Parts: sequence; C-alpha cells; structure tokens
Amino acid sequence: MSTTAELLKGAAELFPDEVVTSAHVRHLDLPFGAGRFALITLDNGFDHTKPTTFGPASLANLNTAIDQVEAEAAAGDIVGAGITGKPFIFAVGADLKGVELLKKHEDALAIGKGGHEVFKRLAGLAVPTFAYYNGAAMGGGVEVGLHCSYRTVSKAIPAFSLPEVFLGLVPGWGGCALLPNLIGADKAVSVIIENSLNQNKQLKGQQVFDLGIADAIFEGADFLEQSLIWTANVLKGDVEVERPVIDRGEGWDQAVAKGRFIADSKVHGAAPAAYRALDIIAAAKNGDLQQGYDAEDQALADLIMGGELRSGIYAFNLVQKRGKRPAGAPDKSLARPVTKVGVVGAGLMASQLALLFLRRLEVPVVLTDIDQERIDKGVGYVHAEIDKLLGKGRINQDKANRLKALVTGVLDKAEGFSDADFVIEAVFEEIGVKQQVFAEVEAVAPAHAILATNTSSLSVTEMASKLKNPERVVGFHFFNPVAILPLLEIVRGEKTDDASLATAFAVAKKLKKTAVLVKDAPAFVVNRILTRFMGEIQNVIDEGTPVEVAEKAVEPLGLPMSPLVLLELVGPAIGLHVSETLNRAFPDRFTVSPNLAAVVKAGKRGFYVYDSGKPELDPEVAALLRQGDVVLSGEQVRARVLDAVAQEIGLMLDEGVVAEAQDIDLCLITGAGWPFHLGGITPYLDREGVSERVNGKKFLAPGLASVPA
Amino acid sequence: MPRTVRDVVFVDGVRTPFGKAGPKGIYHETRADDLVVKAIRELLRRNPGLDPAKIDEVAIAATTQIGDQGLTLGRTAGILAGLPQSVPGYSIDRMCAGALTAVTTTAGSIAFGAYDAVIAGGVEHMGRHPMGEGVDPNPRFVSEKLVDESALFMGMTAENLHDRYPQITKQRADEYAVRSQEKAAKAYANGKIQQDLVPISVRRTNPEAGETGWGLVTADEPMRPGTTLENLAGLKTPFRVHGRVTAGNAAGLNDGATASIIASEDFARENNLPVKMRLVSYAFAGVEPEVMGYGPIPATEKALAQAGLSISDIGLFEINEAFAVQVLAFLDHYGIADDDERVNQYGGAIAFGHPLASSGVRLMTQLARQFEEQPNVRYGLTTMCVGFGMGATVIWENPHFEGDK
Repeated sequence: MSTTAELLKGAAELFPDEVVTSAHVRHLDLPFGAGRFALITLDNGFDHTKPTTFGPASLANLNTAIDQVEAEAAAGDIVGAGITGKPFIFAVGADLKGVELLKKHEDALAIGKGGHEVFKRLAGLAVPTFAYYNGAAMGGGVEVGLHCSYRTVSKAIPAFSLPEVFLGLVPGWGGCALLPNLIGADKAVSVIIENSLNQNKQLKGQQVFDLGIADAIFEGADFLEQSLIWTANVLKGDVEVERPVIDRGEGWDQAVAKGRFIADSKVHGAAPAAYRALDIIAAAKNGDLQQGYDAEDQALADLIMGGELRSGIYAFNLVQKRGKRPAGAPDKSLARPVTKVGVVGAGLMASQLALLFLRRLEVPVVLTDIDQERIDKGVGYVHAEIDKLLGKGRINQDKANRLKALVTGVLDKAEGFSDADFVIEAVFEEIGVKQQVFAEVEAVAPAHAILATNTSSLSVTEMASKLKNPERVVGFHFFNPVAILPLLEIVRGEKTDDASLATAFAVAKKLKKTAVLVKDAPAFVVNRILTRFMGEIQNVIDEGTPVEVAEKAVEPLGLPMSPLVLLELVGPAIGLHVSETLNRAFPDRFTVSPNLAAVVKAGKRGFYVYDSGKPELDPEVAALLRQGDVVLSGEQVRARVLDAVAQEIGLMLDEGVVAEAQDIDLCLITGAGWPFHLGGITPYLDREGVSERVNGKKFLAPGLASVPA
Repeated sequence: MPRTVRDVVFVDGVRTPFGKAGPKGIYHETRADDLVVKAIRELLRRNPGLDPAKIDEVAIAATTQIGDQGLTLGRTAGILAGLPQSVPGYSIDRMCAGALTAVTTTAGSIAFGAYDAVIAGGVEHMGRHPMGEGVDPNPRFVSEKLVDESALFMGMTAENLHDRYPQITKQRADEYAVRSQEKAAKAYANGKIQQDLVPISVRRTNPEAGETGWGLVTADEPMRPGTTLENLAGLKTPFRVHGRVTAGNAAGLNDGATASIIASEDFARENNLPVKMRLVSYAFAGVEPEVMGYGPIPATEKALAQAGLSISDIGLFEINEAFAVQVLAFLDHYGIADDDERVNQYGGAIAFGHPLASSGVRLMTQLARQFEEQPNVRYGLTTMCVGFGMGATVIWENPHFEGDK
C-alpha cells in the first residue's frame, strides 16, 4: 500500500459517516481514431440534490482509480485520461463535515497532504489529462481539474468557485499555487479573494472560459461529446491550445496588493484566511508549485485548527440549515393559505412591504391610509419599482402587467380587507395608534386573518390585548433595506396560537426570508444587541474618549461598517427612539446619550461629512458634543463593548428571547450583516474569553463553532 | 392563386449509433429525447449555412409517444436542441416508417410552398419503451375478425410471409442475413457508416452491464461481424415452433435516433447547402396486417407509377431489413437476385439494428452516400414495411448523376 493510501486510510477512520464518492474508470474510443481513452467519473451515487464531495475515503477511491490509469498510461494502453462528474455536478470540494471533526493539527495536515498527493498524480501521468467541468464545481472540485493538462467547461454551469476564503480556509489542494500560474495573479485574486469575500459570488461557465480557467467551452446539450471530440483533436494536434502570457513582474505584485486592499476593506484584518491565501499567491510568482503546495498544507492545517474556520462553517450551517428550518416553529401543516394581503399605511416602509409581498406571493395586495393622496403615492411607488425591475430585465412585460394589476389602494378598510388573509401594519410606532389600527382591521377582516405588525420596539402582546381574537396577532419584524437583508424576526405574543404562527412562518418562507422565532421582549434580538453595542460606544464617547478612538476600537471585529456610520444609516432619530424604549425597559443597562439627543434635536441626519472623499466628523456635530474627561484606549473600549454585548446576550438567553445562542448569531448574520468569521458573535465571544469573563461560561458547546475537545 | 410545385431535396442526414435495447444496452440510462436532440445539433453543426431561424418545422417520429418520447417531441426536441423559440415542431407516428413519413409529410409541405426547410427524423428507445407499451387494441379487431391475432406480433407476420412464399426458405433467409452482416462490416471497414454517426455520451451505473461511469458511443452495438450460416442455423424460432424467423435473420430490438434536413431545392442552392438527393415520388400502401412484410411491394408499385418509372430504372435499393423474408419477398416479386449488388450495399437493419420510427432516415443517409459514390446511377429507392399491414416507398434522384456512360 502506498503512503498516500495509508495517509487517507488513517484520515478516513476519523470520519466514519462520510458520503463516499466513487471514481469510476471507463474506457472509450475517441472519435477520428484518436485512440483509447480512460474517463474517470466522480459520482457519490445520489442525484444532483446531494452534490459529490471529497472526504478521505473519496480521495482514496480517486487514488485507486489513478493507480489503474497510471499503469495503463505507462504501458501505452491509453492515449489520454479525463475526469468528469455525475449529471449536473462535477464536484463541490472537501466534505466540510469531515473538516469539522478534526481535532489535531497533524490530522488537519494529513487532509491537505492527502488531497495534494492524489491530485498531483494526475499531472504526473505519462499521457495528457483532461478535466471536463460538466456541472457545479467548487473548491477541491475546481482544484482537481487544475491539476489536469487541459480543461473544458459547460456553458450551462451555474456555479463554479473557490469559496474557501469565504468559509475561513484557503484553496489548499493546489488552488492558490496553480490558479495564478494558469490565469495570472490578477484574475486569480478576483476568483480566490474578491468573489469569496463578495458573499461567495459564483462564476458561470462563460466566465470560467473567459477567465482562461477552461481551454474550451461547449453547450450543455452535448457537452461531454463535444469535449471528447475536442480532446481527440487536441491529441491529434489538430487543435492548438493557446494560453495567455502571464505577467510575472510588477503586475503580480499589484494583484496581490489589490487582494490585500479588498481583504482589508471587507474583514479589516480580522479574519486570517484571505491573507494566508494572498501570501501563497504572492509566493507562487516564482512558479515553484511544490513550495506552493507545502504552504497550502500549512495554511490549511493552521486554519482548520483556528477559530475563524470553525466560526465560518458554523455560520454557513446556521444560514443553510437552521435558517431554513427555524427552531421552535409550529408544524407547517397548521399554516393557513394566504391569498390576499392587506397593508395598513402607504408610507415608504409600507410600500416596500407591499412590493415584497407582491413579488413573492403574487396575490392581490391592498394598501390603505388616511387619505387618497398617500394611497396614490404608495401605489405609485410600487408601480415605479415594478417598472424599474422591468427596465433592468428582471421581469418581463407580462409579469409587470400582472404585478401592477395585483396592487391596489383604498381608503375604506372594510372594502380592502374584507377578504384578506393576512394584514400587516406599518404605521407610526406608538402603541395607542397601533391598537387603534388593529381594532379597525379586526372589525372588517375575516375571523381567520392574521394581523401582523412590523413594530421594531413595541410589545406585540400589548398591541393584541384589546382585540377579540388576540391569538392571531404576530410580530413580523423586517430589516432595512427590506429587499436585501434576509432576516425576519417572527414574534410570538402571549396569546398567539400555533396556526397563526405557522402561517407567519409559511409566509416568511415564501418571502424567501430567514425567519427566527422570537419572544415578545423589548426590541427583540438584533435591535437590542445593536443598541446595547452602540450605547456602550456612545457612553465612552460621552465620557470623554475621542470619536475616532471609539470608532476604530471595534474595527478588528470586521463589522460591515463602523458604529456611527451604522447609526447614520438607521437614522439618528430612530436610534434615539429605540434607545429610549430600551432605557425604559432596562434602565440599568441601556442609557440615552445626551449627545445623540442633541444631534437629533439639531436635525442632523448623520455624524460625518464626505466632502474630502472620506468620512470626517461633521464640524457642526463636533460643536454639539459635550464630553467628559475619561479617555480610554481602543483596547479598553473594545473590552467594554464586548463585555456589554456578552452580558446582554446572556440575559436574553436567560429570558428565553430565542431558543438558543445559535438563533442570536443567525439574527446578527442575516439581519445586521455581522461577518461569518465571527460566527455572528457568540463563537467570537467564547473564543476571546469574553463569555467566561462576563457570564462565567461559554455560549456554545465545544465543537459547535470551535475545535472539538 | 397559381402555385408551382417545387423540387424537394434531401440536404443531409445523421444518426446516433444504434444500441441494443435492454438493461445491458449502451443507451439503457440515456433518454430518448436526448438522442434525437444530439442528432439535430450535429446536423446543424455540419450545415452552418442553415440559419436555425429559417427552419420552418421539426417533425420527429416515435412509435410509442410516452414519457421521454411523448410531449410533442418535435417541439420539445427543438427547444432542447437550442433552436429559436420561433421554430415549431410536431410528432409523427407511422410505426417503423415514422421518420420516413416525417420526411415525406414535410416534403409535401415544402413542395406546396408552406415550408422552405425542415428537420425530419425519428427516435425509438425500445429499451425504455418496449413494443406494445401501453397499447389497448380495440376488441372488435378480434371479435369481428378484422385482423388475425398474429397481426400484432411482427415476428408472427414474418412467419406468415414465409407461409405465403414457400420458396423463401429459412436457408435463403439465413444466407441473406449473413450477407447483410458481411456488407455492414465491410462498409464499416471502409468508413462508409461512421461519417454520418453522432457520437453519444452514455452513463452506466450498473456494474453488471460493464465498466461504470461516462463513456462514448461511436459505433453500432448490434453488429455481429463474422456471423456464419452455422451460427444462425442453431438459433431458436421464437415466433413459431419449427418456424423460420430467428433473431439472426431479423432486426433486433434497438435504441437510436436519426435526423435529416429536407429543403426546397431553391432554398438549398441559395443557402449553399448540399443537395444529396432529389425527391421523385413517394407512396404508402396498405396490405393484410398479418403479412405486413408484403407492404413494400404495392407501395413501390404506386411510387413507380407516379414517377413514370419502372423497376429497371432503379439503380440502388435501400430496403429496411425488418426480416430477411420481407426483403426476399420484395426481390422475388421484382425478379431481383438475393445477392444483387444494387441492394443494401452497406448491409441493413439485420446488422445495424432497427429502432422502429428512426430507421427511415438511416436508409436515406446511406442511399445518399451511395449516390455520391456512383454518379452513374440516376434513381434509387428507400422502402420499408410497416406494422398493421403497410408499406412505404420513396424514390430519389441522384443529383450527381452524370448521364449513362
């Protein structure tokens, strides 16, 4: 048994539940008498809904297949060898479940080496090798093809990527070393760094070809046939494959520098993966592949044993799995159909909601408001947005006509809501107003209709308290911008029944939102944590720490924007309002910043001016600030802020605001854009020792978002 | 409005290699619609002068129009092949003469002026759709003795034909079959067949059928080169005890697809498309269903009469070899020798296989190649027998004809 086989056998023992991919070897006669050819098919035996992956036993199968092909190549029995995938799937890379199980650095190293040892053999065969990217290819799937002499790609491929950096890894089975040497450092940085950090953007087949990753592109209908015909022509010398000359001088260094700039702007140095990948790309300039592979092995092992990857996988699983099967949601069979939606209010928020319901549910949506002018404006907004979609080609004229015909506005709620199944209000945040609105809706809407509120801070239970049927009231809290942020906090009031809640979750699913079940508690989840977080920043500013020190203090977390920029986006007045609400609920922890109040009173909409091209504190805001004389260092600020956040989350879990800490993280990732490498926030708080310092225990069980014990 | 009948030509034809039906066959895990789609795409690649937007019709034949052979295959195959949405399509069924009928029906429309250019072809995946799948014959056929019960079983109709022509012995049928295999092997060796085959990628997941994974089919699977009379003598006669029809002197159960471009001659010339054959006449005829193999004879009589030709004017014959006895009945009728070199020069369905509704275009593709090679021949015909007692014949003129030398 070869050492590679032994290495993989050892690794396979650590991962008994692997879905094992077979590597079938089949022989065929190439067209035009070009000779006998061995084609390896990667196939895990399931259909396309379970994509093919590489765990250790799968790599061992490929290794065995290559044993056979290698012998045939050496004996002159074949003129070439190829590799392709089952229908619709090439291979989507390493099996993350196996990576999660790894506990020791040496085991992690073995995974990297194992992949390299197997894939490298393709490059070492005595005959030319060909990869046929027939379907989805990611990570190790892309990399196995990079080791081949030639590649073709199907025009029909919807997803092709090296997503490792997105998760907290590096493309470590040759990706970092081979790709820049194939297509140049600049394009490689785009694929490995930029796309990964841009919400894991996928390439389509045409782009794979245009980038030079594939030497030929064929349509999906007869992709494999045409690839094999092309192969025959290449082997006969009838087709010459041209590769672009790569800039190995300054262009290479500039590409790496560009990569660092992108990484800085996205993760602010907070996550190591992108930087490790860039180091390897930088070193690959000399074309020494083995040195690159060794560096990949080291980087993989370090990252697999580090917290960021575990947080990344944890976050990925939250969004992909928990986000799709919300914890605590009632049985979906209880859900009632929603065939017409009412929206109370025709302001901007209400109009955005109307548009969302319209596009996703494609049922009649009726807006009401206090006068015809507002209603016309609301319906006009929706029509204008539909026209924008039409203009961009996102919908066709028929769909635009259909959607426009479905949205209407009426003054009389009785006329609008008498047959509505779901009515959502987005009126002024004032409990008396909302109670009044719900009473009016209840008087005219059918008895089964759900009454939903988009309140961000008021009590859903209190809002329902004066109704005859309070059991049908649910909180339906969206995040701005409604069309972009996936989170929807679904709030169960004291009397909300299972059928109403199930209906709310069913609607959320149709809206394509990530729904999280939340208890009726002040400001629910995201706003409560963000307000505590911002409140602590404002506190240290009010006490005397300079604004820029406070702002920079949290940069290492890699949040999507600085605290004050976020406050600008939310609107200082709304921020102030939420802090007042939480201050009333929890006066000992939530403060109302007098400086923020002054900024709001002065009618300022933000803190910064951008005249010079980058943000500078608005002199008018600076003049309003009244600060104390306690100046903290960045480190002190960060510790104070994180302690506050850890304390608040601890209290929220004690109160049962959500089922588990995972739901907090899911909310922060999908509702506030907090990064994957933090895993939301609780894995980070655990890893940095904040949780234990503040609450005396970690939020998450070991292994959930960390190296298992 | 005065109309002028226009000349119609066979521009080009291709086919997939034919496979053996059944769990070990090469196409067992391949969809029927994919076979015809790939044939259409190859046809378009070979004829870049044909702007796909100018195709006026896609007529695809299948006998069992269920599942992947259903859903108005002509239309769906066009979309799957990447033709513009503006190109319409429909499905055709005349059992074994499906593709042939796709050609003649669209050719009639071209002559009338309704179309300029069309795609006509056929497919039959007898592994996925065995003969008789889902049929529901009207009980009156039997109760009123409209047809003999044997009419539904093609092998039995072939035995009936032997009864009718006692001079056509099993020996003659077997000798004919051996020659068909020999001629086919020779045609392969000389590269006559491969040039019109579309390579097909095939997946296999059942290890009992051979190596698993993706493979590529570039040759006909049913071929049995080296077949001898001794091999054939011992075969069973599954349709009748002590009968004459065996798996050796009949076409098998097969999977495959064909496609052709048919156009008005003017259109072909204007678009620099090849003109491989010129349509002279076509005819269909009905006969007693229980001797359906007799069908080519009256169909040919009609086609000859329409064209004002006699059998002696025909220089090349492509006769579908559903059964050797059916070919021999035709040859006997016209006094042509069993081994006449004008007949099935490249061998026939006994060697290549006969995926029912696809075969008509295979005959034309082979005749077209023979025309190219033999400019001394002016006229050729393609003919086949059809289930439930029919025959179909098309007479073609060789555009390469150089006059009698």
